Amino acid sequence: MPYVPPEQLMKDRSDFAHKGIARGKSVVGLEYADGILFIAENPSATLHKISEIYDRIAFAGVGKYSEFEDLRISGVRLADVRGYSYDREDVRAKDLANAYSQALSTIFTQQMKPYEVEILVGEVADDGGRNEIYHLLFDGTVTDEHGFVAIGGHAEELTNAVKAAFQEGWDLTTAVRECVKALGSAEGREIAPGSVEAGVLDRTRSARRKFRRLGEDEVAAILGG
Amino acid sequence: MRDGSLTPPVAGGGPFGANPSFVDLLAAARPDAVPRSSQPNPDELRLPHGTTVVGLKFADGVVFAGDRRATEGYAIADDKMEKVFAADDLSAIAIAGAAGQAAEIVKLFQLELEHYEKITGDRLSLEGKANRLAQMIRGNFPLALQGLVVVPLFGGFDERKQEGRIFYYDATGGRWEEEDFHATGSGGRPAKSSLKKRWRPGLDRSEALRVAVEALVDASQEDAATGGPDPARGIYPTVVIVSGGGAETAGVDEIGAAYQQIVGTGQTGSEPGGAA
Repeated sequence: MPYVPPEQLMKDRSDFAHKGIARGKSVVGLEYADGILFIAENPSATLHKISEIYDRIAFAGVGKYSEFEDLRISGVRLADVRGYSYDREDVRAKDLANAYSQALSTIFTQQMKPYEVEILVGEVADDGGRNEIYHLLFDGTVTDEHGFVAIGGHAEELTNAVKAAFQEGWDLTTAVRECVKALGSAEGREIAPGSVEAGVLDRTRSARRKFRRLGEDEVAAILGG
Repeated sequence: MRDGSLTPPVAGGGPFGANPSFVDLLAAARPDAVPRSSQPNPDELRLPHGTTVVGLKFADGVVFAGDRRATEGYAIADDKMEKVFAADDLSAIAIAGAAGQAAEIVKLFQLELEHYEKITGDRLSLEGKANRLAQMIRGNFPLALQGLVVVPLFGGFDERKQEGRIFYYDATGGRWEEEDFHATGSGGRPAKSSLKKRWRPGLDRSEALRVAVEALVDASQEDAATGGPDPARGIYPTVVIVSGGGAETAGVDEIGAAYQQIVGTGQTGSEPGGAA
Protein backbone atom coordinates (compact mmCIF):
# COMPACT_ATOMS: atom_id res chain seq x y z
CA MET A 1 0.00 0.00 0.00
CA PRO A 2 1.33 3.46 -0.85
CA TYR A 3 2.19 5.67 2.09
CA VAL A 4 -0.42 8.29 2.93
CA PRO A 5 0.50 10.79 5.63
CA PRO A 6 -1.91 10.67 8.60
CA GLU A 7 -2.78 14.36 8.15
CA GLN A 8 -3.96 13.64 4.61
CA LEU A 9 -5.83 10.51 5.68
CA MET A 10 -7.75 12.35 8.41
CA LYS A 11 -8.48 15.27 6.12
CA ASP A 12 -9.85 13.02 3.38
CA ARG A 13 -12.11 11.21 5.82
CA SER A 14 -13.24 14.44 7.37
CA ASP A 15 -14.05 15.97 3.95
CA PHE A 16 -15.94 12.82 3.00
CA ALA A 17 -18.08 12.94 6.17
CA HIS A 18 -18.70 16.69 5.81
CA LYS A 19 -19.93 16.21 2.26
CA GLY A 20 -22.30 13.45 3.30
CA ILE A 21 -23.80 15.54 6.09
CA ALA A 22 -24.07 18.67 3.93
CA ARG A 23 -26.38 16.83 1.51
CA GLY A 24 -28.92 16.11 4.27
CA LYS A 25 -31.51 18.01 6.28
CA SER A 26 -30.97 19.85 9.55
CA VAL A 27 -32.14 19.61 13.16
CA VAL A 28 -32.44 22.29 15.82
CA GLY A 29 -32.18 21.54 19.53
CA LEU A 30 -33.42 24.37 21.69
CA GLU A 31 -34.15 25.05 25.36
CA TYR A 32 -37.63 26.45 25.96
CA ALA A 33 -39.57 27.27 29.13
CA ASP A 34 -40.56 23.67 29.99
CA GLY A 35 -37.57 21.74 28.69
CA ILE A 36 -35.87 20.97 25.40
CA LEU A 37 -37.37 21.05 21.90
CA PHE A 38 -35.93 19.13 18.97
CA ILE A 39 -37.29 20.06 15.57
CA ALA A 40 -36.46 19.19 11.98
CA GLU A 41 -37.80 19.10 8.49
CA ASN A 42 -38.53 15.47 7.69
CA PRO A 43 -40.76 14.39 4.81
CA SER A 44 -41.12 10.91 6.33
CA ALA A 45 -43.60 10.44 9.16
CA THR A 46 -42.12 7.11 10.22
CA LEU A 47 -38.34 7.31 9.72
CA HIS A 48 -37.55 9.58 12.61
CA LYS A 49 -34.62 11.90 13.17
CA ILE A 50 -35.75 12.63 16.71
CA SER A 51 -36.46 9.95 19.31
CA GLU A 52 -36.63 8.94 22.92
CA ILE A 53 -33.65 7.30 24.59
CA TYR A 54 -34.69 7.21 28.23
CA ASP A 55 -36.86 8.92 30.84
CA ARG A 56 -35.25 12.36 30.52
CA ILE A 57 -33.02 11.80 27.51
CA ALA A 58 -33.68 12.25 23.81
CA PHE A 59 -31.68 11.83 20.63
CA ALA A 60 -31.57 13.65 17.32
CA GLY A 61 -29.48 12.71 14.29
CA VAL A 62 -28.72 14.07 10.85
CA GLY A 63 -26.84 12.60 7.90
CA LYS A 64 -27.10 8.98 6.87
CA TYR A 65 -30.22 7.39 8.36
CA SER A 66 -28.84 3.86 8.73
CA GLU A 67 -25.84 5.20 10.64
CA PHE A 68 -27.55 7.47 13.13
CA GLU A 69 -30.24 4.82 13.61
CA ASP A 70 -27.45 2.40 14.58
CA LEU A 71 -26.22 4.97 17.11
CA ARG A 72 -29.73 5.55 18.44
CA ILE A 73 -30.28 1.83 19.04
CA SER A 74 -26.93 1.50 20.77
CA GLY A 75 -27.92 4.40 23.01
CA VAL A 76 -31.28 2.87 23.95
CA ARG A 77 -29.53 -0.42 24.72
CA LEU A 78 -26.89 1.18 26.88
CA ALA A 79 -29.46 3.28 28.76
CA ASP A 80 -31.85 0.39 29.40
CA VAL A 81 -29.09 -1.96 30.57
CA ARG A 82 -27.65 0.74 32.81
CA GLY A 83 -31.04 1.59 34.29
CA TYR A 84 -31.84 -2.06 34.94
CA SER A 85 -28.46 -2.81 36.51
CA TYR A 86 -28.41 0.24 38.77
CA ASP A 87 -31.37 2.58 38.92
CA ARG A 88 -33.31 4.69 36.45
CA GLU A 89 -31.87 7.91 37.84
CA ASP A 90 -28.33 6.67 37.17
CA VAL A 91 -28.84 6.92 33.41
CA ARG A 92 -27.30 10.22 32.37
CA ALA A 93 -26.83 12.00 29.07
CA LYS A 94 -23.21 12.69 29.91
CA ASP A 95 -22.38 8.96 29.98
CA LEU A 96 -24.19 8.45 26.70
CA ALA A 97 -22.32 11.36 25.12
CA ASN A 98 -19.05 9.78 26.23
CA ALA A 99 -20.05 6.40 24.82
CA TYR A 100 -21.03 8.01 21.50
CA SER A 101 -17.83 9.99 21.44
CA GLN A 102 -15.72 6.85 21.93
CA ALA A 103 -17.67 4.84 19.36
CA LEU A 104 -17.59 7.59 16.72
CA SER A 105 -13.92 8.24 17.23
CA THR A 106 -13.12 4.53 16.85
CA ILE A 107 -15.25 4.31 13.72
CA PHE A 108 -13.65 7.44 12.30
CA THR A 109 -10.10 6.14 12.64
CA GLN A 110 -10.50 2.40 12.22
CA GLN A 111 -13.30 1.66 9.82
CA MET A 112 -13.35 1.75 6.04
CA LYS A 113 -15.31 4.97 6.05
CA PRO A 114 -16.39 7.33 8.82
CA TYR A 115 -20.06 7.69 9.77
CA GLU A 116 -21.66 10.60 7.89
CA VAL A 117 -23.63 11.79 10.90
CA GLU A 118 -23.96 14.45 13.51
CA ILE A 119 -26.05 13.85 16.62
CA LEU A 120 -27.51 15.64 19.62
CA VAL A 121 -28.16 14.09 23.02
CA GLY A 122 -30.36 16.13 25.35
CA GLU A 123 -31.31 15.64 28.98
CA VAL A 124 -33.98 17.74 30.65
CA ALA A 125 -33.38 18.78 34.25
CA ASP A 126 -35.88 19.10 37.08
CA ASP A 127 -37.22 22.53 37.93
CA GLY A 128 -34.35 24.88 38.56
CA GLY A 129 -31.74 22.42 37.29
CA ARG A 130 -29.60 22.88 34.22
CA ASN A 131 -30.56 21.10 31.00
CA GLU A 132 -27.80 19.33 29.12
CA ILE A 133 -27.38 19.22 25.35
CA TYR A 134 -24.39 17.43 23.84
CA HIS A 135 -23.41 17.85 20.22
CA LEU A 136 -21.35 15.05 18.65
CA LEU A 137 -19.50 15.15 15.37
CA PHE A 138 -18.65 12.25 13.06
CA ASP A 139 -15.10 12.05 14.48
CA GLY A 140 -16.21 11.82 18.11
CA THR A 141 -15.73 15.48 18.96
CA VAL A 142 -18.19 16.35 21.68
CA THR A 143 -19.33 19.79 22.78
CA ASP A 144 -21.65 20.91 25.53
CA GLU A 145 -24.27 23.36 24.21
CA HIS A 146 -26.53 25.88 25.90
CA GLY A 147 -29.56 27.74 24.62
CA PHE A 148 -29.79 26.27 21.15
CA VAL A 149 -27.79 24.31 18.59
CA ALA A 150 -28.27 23.54 14.92
CA ILE A 151 -26.77 20.55 13.10
CA GLY A 152 -26.89 19.13 9.59
CA GLY A 153 -26.88 20.34 6.01
CA HIS A 154 -27.48 24.03 6.58
CA ALA A 155 -26.17 24.24 10.13
CA GLU A 156 -24.46 27.58 9.67
CA GLU A 157 -27.38 29.45 8.07
CA LEU A 158 -29.71 27.82 10.55
CA THR A 159 -27.58 28.84 13.53
CA ASN A 160 -27.57 32.44 12.33
CA ALA A 161 -31.32 32.42 11.75
CA VAL A 162 -32.09 31.00 15.20
CA LYS A 163 -29.54 33.29 16.86
CA ALA A 164 -31.23 36.36 15.39
CA ALA A 165 -34.53 35.51 17.06
CA PHE A 166 -33.63 33.41 20.11
CA GLN A 167 -34.72 34.48 23.56
CA GLU A 168 -34.54 32.41 26.72
CA GLY A 169 -37.79 31.14 28.18
CA TRP A 170 -39.87 30.90 25.01
CA ASP A 171 -43.07 28.93 25.43
CA LEU A 172 -43.54 25.86 23.19
CA THR A 173 -45.71 27.67 20.64
CA THR A 174 -43.19 30.46 20.11
CA ALA A 175 -40.27 28.04 20.04
CA VAL A 176 -41.89 25.85 17.37
CA ARG A 177 -42.94 28.82 15.23
CA GLU A 178 -39.53 30.51 15.39
CA CYS A 179 -37.67 27.28 14.67
CA VAL A 180 -39.81 26.45 11.64
CA LYS A 181 -39.29 30.00 10.39
CA ALA A 182 -35.51 29.57 10.84
CA LEU A 183 -35.55 26.14 9.11
CA GLY A 184 -37.38 27.78 6.21
CA SER A 185 -35.01 30.71 5.88
CA ALA A 186 -31.96 28.41 6.01
CA GLU A 187 -33.40 26.27 3.21
CA GLY A 188 -34.60 29.33 1.32
CA ARG A 189 -38.19 28.08 1.07
CA GLU A 190 -41.35 27.58 3.11
CA ILE A 191 -41.54 24.42 5.27
CA ALA A 192 -44.90 22.63 5.03
CA PRO A 193 -46.39 21.89 8.48
CA GLY A 194 -46.89 18.27 7.41
CA SER A 195 -43.16 17.74 7.02
CA VAL A 196 -42.13 19.12 10.39
CA GLU A 197 -40.91 16.51 12.87
CA ALA A 198 -40.78 17.70 16.46
CA GLY A 199 -40.29 16.14 19.89
CA VAL A 200 -39.93 17.61 23.33
CA LEU A 201 -38.45 16.62 26.66
CA ASP A 202 -41.10 18.26 28.80
CA ARG A 203 -40.26 18.44 32.51
CA THR A 204 -43.87 19.31 33.37
CA ARG A 205 -45.11 15.88 32.24
CA SER A 206 -46.23 13.85 35.23
CA ALA A 207 -45.17 10.58 33.59
CA ARG A 208 -41.73 9.11 34.27
CA ARG A 209 -40.96 9.35 30.56
CA LYS A 210 -40.62 13.03 29.69
CA PHE A 211 -40.26 12.61 25.93
CA ARG A 212 -43.24 13.40 23.78
CA ARG A 213 -43.57 13.53 20.01
CA LEU A 214 -45.60 16.45 18.68
CA GLY A 215 -48.28 15.05 16.39
CA GLU A 216 -48.92 16.40 12.90
CA ASP A 217 -52.18 17.99 14.04
CA GLU A 218 -50.52 19.65 17.00
CA VAL A 219 -47.75 21.12 14.84
CA ALA A 220 -50.29 22.30 12.27
CA ALA A 221 -52.36 23.95 15.02
CA ILE A 222 -49.31 25.74 16.44
CA LEU A 223 -48.18 26.97 13.04
CA GLY A 224 -51.68 27.86 11.88
CA GLY A 225 -52.84 29.66 15.03
CA MET B 1 -24.21 -10.14 37.51
CA ARG B 2 -22.99 -11.80 34.36
CA ASP B 3 -19.77 -10.87 32.60
CA GLY B 4 -19.95 -7.75 30.52
CA SER B 5 -23.64 -7.34 31.23
CA LEU B 6 -23.28 -3.57 31.24
CA THR B 7 -21.73 -3.18 27.82
CA PRO B 8 -24.37 -4.04 25.28
CA PRO B 9 -23.46 -4.75 21.70
CA VAL B 10 -22.68 -1.89 19.66
CA ALA B 11 -22.43 0.78 17.15
CA GLY B 12 -20.31 -0.17 14.17
CA GLY B 13 -18.97 -3.37 15.73
CA GLY B 14 -16.85 -2.20 18.69
CA PRO B 15 -17.82 -2.04 22.36
CA PHE B 16 -20.22 0.77 23.18
CA GLY B 17 -19.80 2.67 26.41
CA ALA B 18 -17.48 1.97 29.33
CA ASN B 19 -18.74 -0.66 31.77
CA PRO B 20 -18.80 1.06 35.18
CA SER B 21 -19.37 -2.16 37.12
CA PHE B 22 -16.58 -3.26 39.47
CA VAL B 23 -18.18 -6.68 39.94
CA ASP B 24 -18.02 -7.29 36.19
CA LEU B 25 -14.44 -6.09 36.07
CA LEU B 26 -13.48 -8.38 38.92
CA ALA B 27 -15.27 -11.33 37.33
CA ALA B 28 -13.31 -10.77 34.12
CA ALA B 29 -9.92 -9.95 35.65
CA ARG B 30 -9.88 -12.27 38.68
CA PRO B 31 -12.81 -14.71 38.55
CA ASP B 32 -11.48 -16.59 41.61
CA ALA B 33 -11.93 -13.49 43.78
CA VAL B 34 -15.68 -13.29 43.23
CA PRO B 35 -17.61 -14.73 46.18
CA ARG B 36 -19.43 -17.89 45.17
CA SER B 37 -22.35 -19.71 46.67
CA SER B 38 -23.14 -23.40 46.57
CA GLN B 39 -26.51 -24.77 45.46
CA PRO B 40 -29.03 -24.06 48.24
CA ASN B 41 -31.38 -26.73 49.52
CA PRO B 42 -34.86 -25.33 48.83
CA ASP B 43 -36.32 -27.05 51.91
CA GLU B 44 -34.06 -25.02 54.13
CA LEU B 45 -34.57 -21.90 52.11
CA ARG B 46 -37.27 -19.70 53.59
CA LEU B 47 -38.20 -17.02 51.14
CA PRO B 48 -41.13 -14.65 51.10
CA HIS B 49 -44.12 -15.80 49.07
CA GLY B 50 -46.71 -13.46 47.66
CA THR B 51 -50.22 -14.80 47.92
CA THR B 52 -53.50 -13.90 46.22
CA VAL B 53 -54.10 -11.89 43.05
CA VAL B 54 -57.24 -11.51 40.93
CA GLY B 55 -58.02 -10.11 37.50
CA LEU B 56 -61.39 -9.43 35.91
CA LYS B 57 -62.87 -7.78 32.86
CA PHE B 58 -65.19 -4.80 32.99
CA ALA B 59 -66.91 -2.64 30.41
CA ASP B 60 -63.83 -0.53 29.49
CA GLY B 61 -60.99 -2.96 30.12
CA VAL B 62 -59.60 -4.99 33.00
CA VAL B 63 -59.14 -4.62 36.75
CA PHE B 64 -56.27 -6.37 38.54
CA ALA B 65 -55.99 -6.55 42.31
CA GLY B 66 -53.78 -8.23 44.87
CA ASP B 67 -53.60 -8.50 48.64
CA ARG B 68 -50.55 -7.06 50.38
CA ARG B 69 -49.27 -10.03 52.34
CA ALA B 70 -46.10 -12.08 51.87
CA THR B 71 -45.43 -15.15 53.98
CA GLU B 72 -42.33 -17.12 54.96
CA GLY B 73 -43.60 -20.53 56.00
CA TYR B 74 -46.10 -19.81 58.76
CA ALA B 75 -44.76 -16.33 59.46
CA ILE B 76 -45.92 -13.10 57.85
CA ALA B 77 -42.91 -11.64 56.08
CA ASP B 78 -44.47 -8.42 54.87
CA ASP B 79 -47.90 -6.85 55.13
CA LYS B 80 -47.38 -4.08 52.61
CA MET B 81 -46.02 -5.88 49.58
CA GLU B 82 -47.10 -4.80 46.11
CA LYS B 83 -47.92 -7.62 43.70
CA VAL B 84 -49.88 -5.80 41.02
CA PHE B 85 -48.17 -3.49 38.57
CA ALA B 86 -48.84 -1.60 35.38
CA ALA B 87 -46.66 -3.37 32.78
CA ASP B 88 -46.94 -0.43 30.38
CA ASP B 89 -49.60 2.13 29.42
CA LEU B 90 -52.09 -0.50 28.32
CA SER B 91 -51.42 -3.62 30.36
CA ALA B 92 -51.02 -4.88 33.90
CA ILE B 93 -49.33 -7.82 35.57
CA ALA B 94 -50.10 -9.43 38.91
CA ILE B 95 -47.85 -12.08 40.41
CA ALA B 96 -48.21 -14.77 43.05
CA GLY B 97 -45.31 -16.93 44.17
CA ALA B 98 -41.70 -16.46 45.27
CA ALA B 99 -41.66 -12.71 45.92
CA GLY B 100 -38.06 -11.88 45.04
CA GLN B 101 -38.20 -13.85 41.81
CA ALA B 102 -41.59 -12.37 40.97
CA ALA B 103 -40.47 -8.78 41.50
CA GLU B 104 -37.48 -9.36 39.23
CA ILE B 105 -39.63 -10.89 36.49
CA VAL B 106 -42.01 -7.93 36.66
CA LYS B 107 -39.16 -5.43 36.43
CA LEU B 108 -37.67 -7.32 33.50
CA PHE B 109 -41.03 -7.62 31.76
CA GLN B 110 -41.76 -3.89 32.12
CA LEU B 111 -38.38 -3.10 30.58
CA GLU B 112 -38.93 -5.69 27.87
CA LEU B 113 -42.04 -3.82 26.73
CA GLU B 114 -40.47 -0.36 27.02
CA HIS B 115 -37.32 -1.46 25.19
CA TYR B 116 -39.30 -3.00 22.35
CA GLU B 117 -41.30 0.19 22.04
CA LYS B 118 -38.22 2.41 21.90
CA ILE B 119 -36.22 0.24 19.50
CA THR B 120 -39.00 -0.40 16.99
CA GLY B 121 -41.10 2.71 17.56
CA ASP B 122 -44.25 0.60 17.97
CA ARG B 123 -46.01 -0.92 20.94
CA LEU B 124 -46.24 -4.72 21.07
CA SER B 125 -49.70 -6.17 20.50
CA LEU B 126 -51.38 -7.47 23.67
CA GLU B 127 -51.05 -11.01 22.33
CA GLY B 128 -47.34 -10.35 21.71
CA LYS B 129 -46.84 -9.18 25.27
CA ALA B 130 -48.68 -12.24 26.64
CA ASN B 131 -46.49 -14.59 24.59
CA ARG B 132 -43.31 -12.85 25.63
CA LEU B 133 -44.30 -13.23 29.29
CA ALA B 134 -44.93 -16.95 28.73
CA GLN B 135 -41.38 -17.33 27.42
CA MET B 136 -39.99 -15.53 30.45
CA ILE B 137 -41.92 -17.75 32.86
CA ARG B 138 -40.70 -20.80 30.95
CA GLY B 139 -37.16 -19.49 31.45
CA ASN B 140 -37.80 -19.56 35.19
CA PHE B 141 -38.83 -23.24 35.11
CA PRO B 142 -35.54 -24.64 36.51
CA LEU B 143 -36.00 -22.39 39.54
CA ALA B 144 -39.67 -23.36 39.78
CA LEU B 145 -38.54 -26.98 40.19
CA GLN B 146 -36.54 -25.84 43.22
CA GLY B 147 -39.65 -24.32 44.74
CA LEU B 148 -39.30 -20.78 43.41
CA VAL B 149 -42.57 -20.90 41.52
CA VAL B 150 -43.81 -17.70 39.91
CA VAL B 151 -47.34 -17.59 38.56
CA PRO B 152 -48.47 -14.39 36.89
CA LEU B 153 -51.77 -13.07 35.75
CA PHE B 154 -51.54 -10.73 32.79
CA GLY B 155 -54.03 -8.59 30.94
CA GLY B 156 -54.75 -5.28 29.41
CA PHE B 157 -56.52 -3.38 26.72
CA ASP B 158 -56.26 -4.85 23.23
CA GLU B 159 -56.04 -1.91 20.82
CA ARG B 160 -56.94 -4.03 17.80
CA LYS B 161 -60.01 -5.68 19.34
CA GLN B 162 -60.84 -2.61 21.44
CA GLU B 163 -61.55 -4.65 24.56
CA GLY B 164 -59.97 -5.92 27.77
CA ARG B 165 -58.33 -9.37 27.78
CA ILE B 166 -56.91 -11.57 30.53
CA PHE B 167 -54.28 -14.31 30.37
CA TYR B 168 -53.21 -16.74 33.06
CA TYR B 169 -50.13 -18.93 33.28
CA ASP B 170 -48.73 -21.97 35.03
CA ALA B 171 -45.18 -22.47 36.31
CA THR B 172 -44.05 -24.09 33.05
CA GLY B 173 -44.94 -21.04 31.00
CA GLY B 174 -48.25 -22.48 29.79
CA ARG B 175 -50.52 -19.65 28.74
CA TRP B 176 -54.30 -19.55 28.49
CA GLU B 177 -56.76 -16.82 27.81
CA GLU B 178 -59.52 -16.28 30.36
CA GLU B 179 -62.95 -15.11 29.26
CA ASP B 180 -64.23 -13.32 32.36
CA PHE B 181 -62.07 -13.38 35.47
CA HIS B 182 -59.30 -15.35 37.12
CA ALA B 183 -57.58 -15.62 40.49
CA THR B 184 -54.31 -17.27 41.43
CA GLY B 185 -52.11 -17.82 44.48
CA SER B 186 -52.84 -19.51 47.81
CA GLY B 187 -56.20 -17.75 48.20
CA GLY B 188 -57.06 -18.15 44.54
CA ARG B 189 -59.78 -20.71 45.12
CA PRO B 190 -61.96 -18.72 47.56
CA ALA B 191 -61.30 -15.57 45.53
CA LYS B 192 -62.55 -17.33 42.42
CA SER B 193 -65.69 -18.56 44.18
CA SER B 194 -66.38 -14.99 45.21
CA LEU B 195 -65.82 -13.69 41.68
CA LYS B 196 -68.10 -16.38 40.32
CA LYS B 197 -70.99 -15.02 42.40
CA ARG B 198 -70.33 -11.32 42.03
CA TRP B 199 -68.96 -10.88 38.53
CA ARG B 200 -71.21 -10.21 35.55
CA PRO B 201 -70.48 -8.93 32.05
CA GLY B 202 -70.35 -5.17 31.55
CA LEU B 203 -69.53 -4.07 35.11
CA ASP B 204 -68.65 -0.40 35.35
CA ARG B 205 -65.38 0.81 36.84
CA SER B 206 -66.47 1.23 40.45
CA GLU B 207 -68.48 -2.01 40.46
CA ALA B 208 -65.49 -3.89 39.06
CA LEU B 209 -63.23 -2.41 41.73
CA ARG B 210 -65.67 -3.45 44.45
CA VAL B 211 -65.98 -6.99 43.08
CA ALA B 212 -62.18 -7.32 42.97
CA VAL B 213 -61.73 -6.07 46.54
CA GLU B 214 -64.54 -8.28 47.79
CA ALA B 215 -62.89 -11.34 46.23
CA LEU B 216 -59.71 -10.53 48.14
CA VAL B 217 -61.60 -9.97 51.37
CA ASP B 218 -63.29 -13.35 50.93
CA ALA B 219 -59.93 -14.97 50.21
CA SER B 220 -58.43 -13.43 53.34
CA GLN B 221 -61.17 -15.03 55.43
CA GLU B 222 -60.54 -18.48 53.99
CA ASP B 223 -56.78 -18.46 53.53
CA ALA B 224 -54.28 -17.72 56.30
CA ALA B 225 -51.67 -16.49 53.86
CA THR B 226 -53.89 -13.81 52.30
CA GLY B 227 -53.97 -10.48 54.09
CA GLY B 228 -57.29 -8.65 54.36
CA PRO B 229 -57.69 -4.88 54.26
CA ASP B 230 -56.62 -3.24 57.54
CA PRO B 231 -58.19 0.23 57.82
CA ALA B 232 -56.52 0.86 61.18
CA ARG B 233 -53.08 0.66 59.59
CA GLY B 234 -54.20 2.02 56.23
CA ILE B 235 -53.39 -1.20 54.39
CA TYR B 236 -55.60 -1.92 51.40
CA PRO B 237 -55.22 -4.16 48.36
CA THR B 238 -53.37 -2.82 45.34
CA VAL B 239 -55.71 -2.24 42.41
CA VAL B 240 -54.61 -1.42 38.86
CA ILE B 241 -57.25 -0.48 36.30
CA VAL B 242 -56.48 -0.63 32.58
CA SER B 243 -58.69 0.84 29.89
CA GLY B 244 -58.16 2.36 26.44
CA GLY B 245 -57.14 5.59 28.17
CA GLY B 246 -54.22 4.00 30.02
CA ALA B 247 -53.29 2.12 33.18
CA GLU B 248 -53.89 3.70 36.57
CA THR B 249 -53.42 2.61 40.15
CA ALA B 250 -56.58 3.18 42.18
CA GLY B 251 -56.18 5.51 45.14
CA VAL B 252 -56.45 4.38 48.76
CA ASP B 253 -59.57 6.54 49.24
CA GLU B 254 -61.39 4.79 46.44
CA ILE B 255 -60.41 1.32 47.63
CA GLY B 256 -61.20 2.21 51.25
CA ALA B 257 -64.65 3.41 50.23
CA ALA B 258 -65.28 0.20 48.29
CA TYR B 259 -64.21 -1.81 51.33
CA GLN B 260 -66.56 0.13 53.62
CA GLN B 261 -69.39 -0.60 51.21
CA ILE B 262 -68.58 -4.30 51.26
CA VAL B 263 -68.40 -4.46 55.04
CA GLY B 264 -71.29 -2.05 55.49
CA THR B 265 -73.73 -4.11 53.48
CA GLY B 266 -72.81 -7.12 55.57
CA GLN B 267 -72.08 -9.23 52.52
CA THR B 268 -68.86 -10.60 53.90
CA GLY B 269 -69.71 -11.04 57.55
CA SER B 270 -66.98 -10.70 60.13
CA GLU B 271 -64.13 -8.22 60.48
CA PRO B 272 -61.22 -9.33 58.31
CA GLY B 273 -57.58 -8.40 58.68
CA GLY B 274 -57.52 -8.67 62.47
CA ALA B 275 -56.65 -12.26 63.24
CA ALA B 276 -54.71 -14.29 60.71
